[in-house]
Amino acid sequence: MLEKKTITCVACPKGCEITVEHDGDEIIDIMGNACPQGADYAKEEIIAKTRILPTTVRVKNGALPLCPVKTTKQIPLELMDQAMNKIGKKEVEAPLKVGQVIIKNLLDTGADVVATRDLPAN
Amino acid sequence: MSKDKYDVIIIGAGVSGCAVAWKLARYNLDILLLEKAPDVATGTTKANTAIIHAGYNADPEKQKGRLNNKGNVQIKQIVKDLSVPFEEIGSLVVGMEDDDLSVLDELLEKGKKNGVEGLEIVDKEWLQREEPNLSDKAVKALWAPTAGIITPWEFALAMAENAVVNGVELKLETEVLDVYTENDKVTGVKTNAGDFTADYVINAAGLYADDVARMVGIEKINIHPRKGEYYIYDHAKDFEINHVLFPIPTKISKGIVCTKTIEDNLLIGPTSDFVDSKEDLATTRDGLDHVFEGAKKMFPDLTLKDTIRVFAGLRAADTTEDFVIEAAENVKGFVNVAGIQSPGLSSSPAVADLVAEILENEGLNLEEKKDVIETREDPARFYELSNEERAAYAEKDKDYGKIICRCETVSYKEIVDAINGPIPARTVNAVKRRTRAGAGRCQGGFCGPRVTQIIADELGIETTEVRLEKDTSNIVKYKIKGLLGSQGDEE
Amino acid sequence: MIKIKKDVVVIGGGPAGLAAAAKVYDNGIKDVMLLERDFELGGILPQCIHNGFGLHHFGEELTGPEYSQRFENKVEERDIEVKLDTMVLDVTADKKVFAMNKDQGAMEIQAKAVILAMGCRERTAGAIGIPGTRPAGVLTAGTAQRFTNIEGYVPGKKVVILGSGDIGLIMARRMRLEGADVKAVCEILPYTGGLTRNVVQCLEDYDIPLMLNHTVTKIIGNDRLEAVEITEVDENMKPIPETSEIVEADTLLLSVGLIPENELSKKADVVLDDRTGGPIVNEGRETNIDGIFACGNVLHVHDLVDWVTEESEIAGEWTAKYVKGDYKRSEQKMNVKAGENVAYVIPQSIELDAEDRKRIPLYMRVDKPLQAVDIILYADGEKLYSFSEPFAKPGEMISVPLAQKTLDDLDEVSEIRVDIIEKEEE
Repeated sequence: MLEKKTITCVACPKGCEITVEHDGDEIIDIMGNACPQGADYAKEEIIAKTRILPTTVRVKNGALPLCPVKTTKQIPLELMDQAMNKIGKKEVEAPLKVGQVIIKNLLDTGADVVATRDLPAN
Repeated sequence: MSKDKYDVIIIGAGVSGCAVAWKLARYNLDILLLEKAPDVATGTTKANTAIIHAGYNADPEKQKGRLNNKGNVQIKQIVKDLSVPFEEIGSLVVGMEDDDLSVLDELLEKGKKNGVEGLEIVDKEWLQREEPNLSDKAVKALWAPTAGIITPWEFALAMAENAVVNGVELKLETEVLDVYTENDKVTGVKTNAGDFTADYVINAAGLYADDVARMVGIEKINIHPRKGEYYIYDHAKDFEINHVLFPIPTKISKGIVCTKTIEDNLLIGPTSDFVDSKEDLATTRDGLDHVFEGAKKMFPDLTLKDTIRVFAGLRAADTTEDFVIEAAENVKGFVNVAGIQSPGLSSSPAVADLVAEILENEGLNLEEKKDVIETREDPARFYELSNEERAAYAEKDKDYGKIICRCETVSYKEIVDAINGPIPARTVNAVKRRTRAGAGRCQGGFCGPRVTQIIADELGIETTEVRLEKDTSNIVKYKIKGLLGSQGDEE
Repeated sequence: MIKIKKDVVVIGGGPAGLAAAAKVYDNGIKDVMLLERDFELGGILPQCIHNGFGLHHFGEELTGPEYSQRFENKVEERDIEVKLDTMVLDVTADKKVFAMNKDQGAMEIQAKAVILAMGCRERTAGAIGIPGTRPAGVLTAGTAQRFTNIEGYVPGKKVVILGSGDIGLIMARRMRLEGADVKAVCEILPYTGGLTRNVVQCLEDYDIPLMLNHTVTKIIGNDRLEAVEITEVDENMKPIPETSEIVEADTLLLSVGLIPENELSKKADVVLDDRTGGPIVNEGRETNIDGIFACGNVLHVHDLVDWVTEESEIAGEWTAKYVKGDYKRSEQKMNVKAGENVAYVIPQSIELDAEDRKRIPLYMRVDKPLQAVDIILYADGEKLYSFSEPFAKPGEMISVPLAQKTLDDLDEVSEIRVDIIEKEEE
């Protein structure tokens, strides 16, 4: 069945209103995007939403009890809760460096979880 | 620590209970002060207009009228002895064009009868000079130079602290569940923390004074809570106000007061509405609107731009609309200090004197103690110091150099001292009442997490156990990751 | 009291202060001191652990801590004196800065120039006067963010958020991800105050309802928050009582506006703009007081940190020029005026004479959201030029560059005005 959906692009803060015509997973037309990222974004929003997951991981002996982390690439939106639980169980030892891998290949997504700041030991 | 038997048990550490404790601590007596909240002064004492009234308002035939002026005079000495911030800024009852101005003369006469000094009627010119923002419609006013402003919870705390250093035992989070009598004589109280025996029990339970009185079969006291709602403004506001300003009272209402506070905030309120529940401390849209409209009559240029907080307090009004300070007729050794509404704060030392007199009449031997500590060390109040004075403090102790609350300029040392003082602050609000940390324009947005952590560290408890005020008022409820499920385990 | 002399003192080590300090240094003034009240640099960024920063400035998407780290490194690589855990209590118009910390006690720093970069604070429940009680569990979204992301505590598990500012939206997702039940985000206006991407990624992704034209009319619970009353409002933002519903909640987060933190500025006699809540500045971000500059959220609340960086680098550059004596205020001062549907424009005036300037960006926000707009610039009432944009939203700042060439042609002009209006039908 042919469907039309309007999506606010969040590839950048500009926020283009993109209209996608699609039949299930088959994209027929994409309109309203100011750049190619917009088209890619709109396509993904129809087929399978993915997002970067930023959160925190618990730290032992750190200057702070937590270190902020993120996934190195977008992961499927429906995996977020599972990913949070997985990361929530982890505890790492300070010191940490920005970019340091905390969990490799999170839930087989191909994305690693990495530290997003330097965190010295206590 | 607890004694087998006390001479006197005081129920309730509001301003009345604290004043009685402070007064009785001067005699050779074993005294126990009981408070169900985690801190003193958390009921009516913490939420009112913070005024020491001159004493022209109350009927000379009533206890209120007899005690107000006496209390006012005593307070001026007590605040010096106990280092309590107080300013004798004077009050005005302002008559507007359409008001019944004869009321001012009536109040003047009443005030004279009550022994209030310095009362006079001032004219429009005086008002415009002294209160430049006041409405043009103000024509004359009753000027009472002896009225003042005070921080009520600090006043109560100072008296309680002084009582404690003079030997009074204070038990917090101790709620009286029953009063024991034997042969129509008081023998002690039952609390959630066990039984305590005493020959005399003073009922200063504020809003709950009728409930406590009923424990010994006294039915005549009926506390009907009357709510007052308020707005408070940032002290960095751009609005000048120099005195306590009342409108002309009408039959139904005393009207909305505008006053500055000791810390230079602007305070407007209160409403006056009877409510059913003694726990109903909710402000209402109508109430707040009424407060603002009332204040606008006094100060037409006032806006709500710089308000930082709204709050409500409950007056512990007895149906007689007077204080009920008397020995019980049916039970020996039981003294009621009930119905303490305005001017209860202003009257409190006089209330304490009267209670001492009643106890003596009831047979308690008041023998003056030697070596009574009369004064309280002036706590450092960074917010009122000059930069040079702050520098000197920081040289003395490095912990003064660390500023925790920016809006109110409160140092780490002041907070730690409050937590370790004669009556230790154990909650975030208790720290706020003692130091002002969190009382400013950001309302603890910046210092809140820091104060919470300092309390946890000093008391050796988990951060999740730190409370705002009482019971289940925990600031944060869970440790991070504590709410996550068990999904994601596979692999 | 320690007495110190410095060329430049920067107050605040958040993104504004960091960028300004580095820029001052790179423009030849090396005697710079940066004062920060927290135990680390970065201001609010270390607790903004979400991604979405840096797309303009770095052309890549970073999290708050990563964005901050880049500027912290910049400051560290330069010989800039940083004082952490240091609270500034006073600034005077003659540029004396009074500060305190634990190790050194009190210090008075005489600066040649001061950069105000104190950021902003959040509007509170008391400031907006929500009726009801004052229980635990009512806190600003930013404070909750600090507890959650830095201190390691989740305030509660049944959450209502009032206000759809960006921090509110971000915290909706954050609390939801940490296992809380986020029941709704209420917004009294008919449109959100946050960025579109945040509405999509923080609310829509997780089916968190955004209740426009709704507000919290009552806070319920004496000790811990027990519930809130949510009510729809009419077009005048007056609650419609019959629409009230009680929603059980142990936590109410407020994201109801940010207020530039200018109490120190006032002590230095800096004049503030009623509309921005921040100082009135010229294009160098110099306030009415010679040699006192301001940048970042203390000047006006920004939507993106990238703009804070751009603005702070402008301030840093002109501060260095000021210390070197490289500019003067010109006789002919051009006022920049916010016209139709424009809430404010920064800078409020253009008055500095300098030879090497290329362009002046004008930062502005609209009063209300509009689709398809014309942004029109006028010089003393005469149309200078205009251009179109697909939309303009109050939550998103608009930057309009003024080329030096244009400025050269405006020698005798005393006022520039900007209107943002609905595009005329063609």
